[in-house]
Amino acid sequence: MGENGLIMSLENVSFSYPGRAPVLDGLDLSFYRGDRMGLIGPNGSGKTTMLHVVMGLLKPFSGKMEVFGKPIREEKDFREMRPRIGLLFQDADDQLFSPTVLEDVAFGPLNLGKSQEEAKAIALKTLASLGLSGFEDRITYKLSGGEKRLVSLATVLAMEPDVLLLDEPTTGLDEATEKRLIDSLKGLDLSYIVVSHNLDFLMKTTDFIRAMARGKISLDDESIPHTHVHVHKLGRHVHRHSQGHNHTHANAANAVVPEKE
Amino acid sequence: MFEDEFAQRDSFLHRLDPRVKIIVVFFFSVLAAVANRFMVLWLALGFSVVVVLISATPIRQILRRLVPVNLFIVFLWFFLPFTLKGEPLFSLGPFVGSHEGVVYAARITIKSNAIVIVLIALVSSTPILTLGHAMHDLWVPKKLVHLFFFTLRYIHVIHREYVRLVQAMKVRGFRPKTNMHTYKTFAYLVGMLLVRSCDRAQRVHNAMLCRGFRGRLYSLSQFSLRTADIVSLIVMLAFVVGLGILEWAKMA
Repeated sequence: MGENGLIMSLENVSFSYPGRAPVLDGLDLSFYRGDRMGLIGPNGSGKTTMLHVVMGLLKPFSGKMEVFGKPIREEKDFREMRPRIGLLFQDADDQLFSPTVLEDVAFGPLNLGKSQEEAKAIALKTLASLGLSGFEDRITYKLSGGEKRLVSLATVLAMEPDVLLLDEPTTGLDEATEKRLIDSLKGLDLSYIVVSHNLDFLMKTTDFIRAMARGKISLDDESIPHTHVHVHKLGRHVHRHSQGHNHTHANAANAVVPEKE
Repeated sequence: MFEDEFAQRDSFLHRLDPRVKIIVVFFFSVLAAVANRFMVLWLALGFSVVVVLISATPIRQILRRLVPVNLFIVFLWFFLPFTLKGEPLFSLGPFVGSHEGVVYAARITIKSNAIVIVLIALVSSTPILTLGHAMHDLWVPKKLVHLFFFTLRYIHVIHREYVRLVQAMKVRGFRPKTNMHTYKTFAYLVGMLLVRSCDRAQRVHNAMLCRGFRGRLYSLSQFSLRTADIVSLIVMLAFVVGLGILEWAKMA
């Protein structure tokens, strides 16, 4: 761990796919232990790319990266760091490649050098903690979309990471599964970054939300969307808010207003 | 796509150690493939029929699975008698069928049916995943086993993508006809599937790297040999060896 609990720092990181405009353009990010950060931004603003750069799946062409207080440059550094950061992919079918749930969840622990017995025990424990007991012998491709998402989360959590990166975790989930995911995340003692368009979900799972646009994360306080819930007397009607506030119209009764930093 | 509904039933064959089954099927298939004497071939076919009957696979299913192989064999019967030179046996107009050709086609028919029938028995009495793990345990090259598992896992995903693409074509009024537009569209469809599969492979590999993958896959399953397994292995291998002796021993 770095000084003052700094887990991850990106300085002036740029990345572009060959022959195209930069996706990340001088991006800065500091992420501290205990942070639960939401990240929103339009399509193509570089959110997923940033997560993949952090995991070393894409190589930035400039910039400095430090994770857990150590500079990260080569594949070797990434290999050491990856087990401590869990990335939940956008498409659960990319994440679940083993035939059965148990084998998939045990894959990470086995890679970390755990014995078969230990890996099995960890996998079963992780599944149980997400309310997925009894799923161990299920065939991964026969799971429903929601089940796939939760099992993917289990595969990541089984490695006991310090940080979670979640890429659009609510895509394709119904309300009940979304709620399960929210409850699971809230029950974790982990720092995480959630990339999502779902403001309601971000409101319930994160402490603060940053916006990403044109390959940069905005640190300007003014543009950090605050979350407020309001109720109108006259029912549904289209209206505007000044300064382009993002807000969500939830049921007032269910509203959770996160504390501001 | 992969139906292993019969693997859930129960029979002596279902309870047999999958490794025993794979070993026997392997040696049996090799022998049946190289054998030439009709006595050996008939015995092999008889063995495979007995095995598949023990596996309690419904007859209809066995026949259904035999259809594709035998469609192929029908073509051999059309061509082999007329292309293989030898003693003339019959003639159809200008074409003369040779005795050798007919014998050759008959051999292939018996052989391939015998092999396919034991394979049907193997697959319908063993869950496909167990089969993969058993191969892993039998020191089948890791790459092959991985290929087997990944195919099993992703053929569904690719099939789903294919169905989605076809639906997208249909809702926009696509009807296959014999014209350039149709060929082009199907070429795009196949190309798109290939590209998507490639992308998918890259993403899966990335996801594996994120979970500490370093080129090794581990298996969690363990098998144990019972007495019944060992006895069956010996009996069936003895039968295969017997076939071999019948094939290569000099006729009195």
